[in-house]
Amino acid sequence: MAGQQAPAKTPTGRGAWNAAVRYNTVLILVVLLVAASFVSPDFMTAPNMSNVARQIVSVGIMSMGMLLVVLTGGIDLSVGSVAALASVTTALLIPDYGLATAISCGLLTGVVCGAICGTLVSQYRLSSFVVTLAMMTVARGMALIVSKGAPAMIDDAGQSLLDFGRDTWWVFPQPTVLMLVIFGLGSLFLALTRAGRIVRAIGSNEEAVRLSGVPVGRHVMLAYVVSGLLAAVAGIISTARAGVGAPTIGTGDELTVIAAVVIGGASLAGGRGTVLNTLVGVVTLGVIGNIMNLASVPGYHQQVVMGIIIIVAILAQRGTGGLRGK
Amino acid sequence: MTAFLSLEGVGKHFGGVYALHAVNFEVHAGEVHALVGENGAGKSTLMKIIAGNHQPDAGLMRQHGTPVRFRSPREALGQGVALIHQETALVPDLTVAENVMLCQLPGLIRWAGMFERARSLIQSLGFEIDPTALVSTLSAAQRQVVEIAKALSLDVKLLVLDEPTASLAPSDAERLLGIVRALRERGVGIVYISHRLDEVFSIADRITVLKDGSVVDTVTPDSLTMDGLIRLMVGRPLDALFPRRENVAIGEVVLDVEGLRRRGAVHGASLQVRAGEVVGLGGLIGSGRSELVRLIFGADRADGGTVRVKGKNVTPKNSGQAVRAGIGLVPEDRKGQGAVLSMSIRINSTMARLADVSHWFGGLRLAHEKRTVADLMARLRIKARDMHADVSTLSGGNQQKVVLAKWFHAQGQVIILDEPTRGVDVGAKVEIYTLINDLAAQGMAVLVVSSDHNELIGLCDRILVMGSGHVRGELRCADYSEENIVSMSLGLDLAAPAASLHAN
Repeated sequence: MAGQQAPAKTPTGRGAWNAAVRYNTVLILVVLLVAASFVSPDFMTAPNMSNVARQIVSVGIMSMGMLLVVLTGGIDLSVGSVAALASVTTALLIPDYGLATAISCGLLTGVVCGAICGTLVSQYRLSSFVVTLAMMTVARGMALIVSKGAPAMIDDAGQSLLDFGRDTWWVFPQPTVLMLVIFGLGSLFLALTRAGRIVRAIGSNEEAVRLSGVPVGRHVMLAYVVSGLLAAVAGIISTARAGVGAPTIGTGDELTVIAAVVIGGASLAGGRGTVLNTLVGVVTLGVIGNIMNLASVPGYHQQVVMGIIIIVAILAQRGTGGLRGK
Repeated sequence: MTAFLSLEGVGKHFGGVYALHAVNFEVHAGEVHALVGENGAGKSTLMKIIAGNHQPDAGLMRQHGTPVRFRSPREALGQGVALIHQETALVPDLTVAENVMLCQLPGLIRWAGMFERARSLIQSLGFEIDPTALVSTLSAAQRQVVEIAKALSLDVKLLVLDEPTASLAPSDAERLLGIVRALRERGVGIVYISHRLDEVFSIADRITVLKDGSVVDTVTPDSLTMDGLIRLMVGRPLDALFPRRENVAIGEVVLDVEGLRRRGAVHGASLQVRAGEVVGLGGLIGSGRSELVRLIFGADRADGGTVRVKGKNVTPKNSGQAVRAGIGLVPEDRKGQGAVLSMSIRINSTMARLADVSHWFGGLRLAHEKRTVADLMARLRIKARDMHADVSTLSGGNQQKVVLAKWFHAQGQVIILDEPTRGVDVGAKVEIYTLINDLAAQGMAVLVVSSDHNELIGLCDRILVMGSGHVRGELRCADYSEENIVSMSLGLDLAAPAASLHAN
């Protein structure tokens, strides 16, 4: 019905409708923010905002990598575990090798995990779900092995990492700024580079891209490597915030990350999804969690509510998106 | 005699665009009424109105003289009107019997009875298909039969067939026409939509020509020639279909394929194409034509043999190597392999030579790309809102032009076109033929695979005929006929040189 009404509206009315349809994810977030400030007076305060901004960083950074993989038509279930492996690797190496080497090695573990998944998916044509599911348990196991199951404290050599986790630039927490920079770079990558365009095209029609002479495998590989690298970044940032490298970091995060990407309108079939909307998805999930904490919803109940809200958000988004096609 | 179904002054518009305007159309019981016209003429809209998918904005529909309205396909089915889609709407992982009875599956299935019912329905069509087989294991022709049996399970009185033979081999198409004739004998009315005009002539009792949403004329097939029908459809005669080629100088050998083979498909095929030459690759479906061109392009790995471009051995292991060697392929399946439908014309048309539109560090030169694509669109006369329109929004002909634009941009030396005008309307066909001639005139070597004999004769300098994975021989256009291809493709005349064939 709405589809038929739309053309009859005045040009400005139609423009507003189109804008609403186009930015439906943003719209859902705005509604949520307004609702939140009614639910709790504490919501719109600087400390709370800053808190939310910190909490979403690690899921946010992983979401950027996940978006690339999802755009190619794949999925990466290993991100949470890879974050944990990078976290304990970094924390364990700091005392003996110094911060720079430790962080480099942490990032390297992410790249290696991503490269292994990417190779299996692109060269051996295995399903990304299965490959990354395996990597999820392997990386988690490795994290537990190297840390002997215990959190590794960060000593003085890692002080600047701890500072990074706590400090702000003006009012913005430094990790949040880093996340925004990563989203900015991701956005530029997809819009302005050859590889970014190919990654998007692969998810839409891999065969057509291959038959244009484009090396598809290399670009699929790239998506998994970036996802692994960003998972490692997220793990190291969690380490900085917690002050310890823990093998349990990021447990279950892969699902939150996928939810964020999907709430942002990406299609798990590939080809569809934008960086801005993914960021909006991340913030949406963060805000929902925060509201429930402020409204003192018990933890177990939160999980149920979160699941329901994810479905509602996606339906709302599909509802407006679907009308566009009519 | 009142018609089974008649449409009077039916109109339909989508937004501001008229898809149909004051259309009169009727089908009698036991009549095959063909509907022809270019893509976009309104055939599918008319068909969907008849089947209840769309409701008309104007005009009246009568069944046996009484006004009716079909508000949904279900209501149309209830009145005995069924639509059979071009791409069949079967469930691949269910059995034949379940698919046939899909519209009336009981809560609790009695398998034996259902298999028996499905078997007898299929047999009544003169076919033998195991009702317990999964639909995914059937051939395209068998699927069409199952689809028709499914309609018959509901006691259908009017059947709308949309391009039923588009994906069938000639022999299967012939059998399907047999079914249509048998249904006519039983008193079923049939609306038959097809691009294959020879079929339309052989089967239709009446032909209605649509153009730009209006009926041009309704005629009987014996009242006019094929040429006359095409003139009605496009307003131009048949010989204008194939643009005259300027005398192009045929140069040196550009593409030289020797002994290319792949197990089970191609067994040592050799051919040569010269600069400026358009060579056709004919033969029956399944003779290995598409498989051969995929090997030349590196889309599949060859087990042996060589591909040379201008004397240099380039035998490609993948399509990337083929493109770098200057070979381009317009694949058979435009939607699945040719274009990225959900992306823009702009992104599609530079896909094969992204290096030209990017900097050394991989950043895109968007302004340069815009100019390049604007040039290509003007040169290939691609009709679209603008270069940012998704390819899925274009007509079949324009989609194919976008795929061609990609290879115009790639500026290779060899272009291979596999069924370049399948599912493309007559007007766009002419434009595509012109573009193919352009490519040859630029000195490219052009290889065209086609099942359309007129196309090969009208377009090519010479035609190679394939049969069971070999290149069986070569025909000059003057000697090219369906009989010659079939006998050559089947290898009936292997010992005799091509020259002896035109003695017959």
